[in-house]
This record gives sequence, C-alpha cells and structure tokens, in this order.
Amino acid sequence: MAYLTDRKRASGMGAAHTGTDHHWKMIVTSVALLVLIPVFVFTFGAALGSDYETALAYYARPWPSAIAALTIAVSFYHFRKGVQTLIEDYVHGFAGKVCLIAAICISYAAAAIGILAVVRLAL
Amino acid sequence: MADVNRGNRPLSPHLTIYRPQLTSMTSIFTRITGNAVIVAALLIVWWFAALAAGPDAFATANGFITSWFGDIIMFLSMAAIWYHLLFGLRHLIWDSGRMLAVDKSETFGMAAIIVAVMLTIFTAIVI
Repeated sequence: MAYLTDRKRASGMGAAHTGTDHHWKMIVTSVALLVLIPVFVFTFGAALGSDYETALAYYARPWPSAIAALTIAVSFYHFRKGVQTLIEDYVHGFAGKVCLIAAICISYAAAAIGILAVVRLAL
Repeated sequence: MADVNRGNRPLSPHLTIYRPQLTSMTSIFTRITGNAVIVAALLIVWWFAALAAGPDAFATANGFITSWFGDIIMFLSMAAIWYHLLFGLRHLIWDSGRMLAVDKSETFGMAAIIVAVMLTIFTAIVI
C-alpha cells in the first residue's frame, strides 16, 4: 500500500469506494434478464392457473425449472442492487442502513426460498 | 473543513423546478416499475414454495394469485416488467454512448411506451 501513489489509490473508486462495480453488475444482470425475463414470463405463464398435478409435472421438466431458477437468482440480485440505489437516494442515516439491511436480507432470503423450491420440484 | 456550511448552500434545480418531460418521466417510471415488481416477485416465490410444499399450500397460494385481486397485481406487474425491460434496454444503449440526442431519445421513449402496452396486452391474451 505504501508504494501506491494517491492517484493510483483513487483511480476508479469515487465516492462509493467501489468504483464502477455496482454499475457494471447492473449492466451484466440486466443483459442476462433481457433474455431470461421474456422466456420466464411465457413458461411461468403457461403453468400459472393450471391445477396442482399439472404444475408439478410442468416444473419437473428440466427446461422450465432451469429458466425459473436462473430468473429467480439473477432478478433478485438485480433487485438487491437496484433497491440499494433507491434507498441511498431517499433514506439517509440510521434509517437508511436499516432499510438497506432489510432489503438485502429479503432479497437473498426470497431468492434462496425460490431456488430451493424449484430444485425440489425439478429433482 | 467540509462541514462549514452544511444545509445552507444553494441547491441545484430539482424536480419541482423542471417542466415534466418525456425523458425525465420515463426515467422516473423505470425506477418505480423496477422496484414495484418486488411484489409480484415475492408472490411468484410464494407460488413456487407452495407448489414444492404440497397441494394444500398450493391451493392457498394459487388461489390468491389467480383471484381477481391477484390478477390485478399480476397484470400491473406484467406492464411494469415490460416497461422496465424496454427502458432498461434504453439505459444499456445510452451507456454504450448511443442515441443520446434529445430527438432520438424522445422517439425511442414514445416507441417503447407503445411496445410495452402492446406486449402487456399480448401477454394478457396469451397467458
């Protein structure tokens, strides 16, 4: 660290101390979701509204369940990052930290529950 | 001494000053739709968890999501998802340094609104 110049330490970091990392992750996940969301909408739409046995058989197939698991994982990560921007813009101080922690916990918890459910349906 | 004049500085013009424009309004709605979709996302996770849990849990979750109230949530979320997807695409194009001219932005904005409405109607009919 002592050998780094100030210019080198500041390079790419900015006020958030993480540089362009947040923005880059939003770009990557949004490109992935550009493909996943339309496919998920129409596969999930086909299962929604059907009875228990039909829905169970539908998500026992590898293709719909893979789409569902990927969409849940990527979209909740995208939400976790996106809602962070929302909270940082409008809620400040201690309340902001509480909101941020709650939002992050809800995002990962929902993603975990969703993926576990899909895995159980698929296997 | 960064805190010398905190809270008493002149502010740059914000939402209350500017006339609403297509570009600013579509940007604000991108944020609102993106965050509002969490409601549908949590309902869908509930649906999957219930389907994995068994017939009784599924009947409760599926019953709520396909009720008239659930239908309204899912329909509005569908519109929000298509809107957010198209305007997210616009942000990706902007980030690549393309289509930044005002006239092009406004044309794409109007086109994306129309496409989002059409996709929503199409999805509602198909599903």
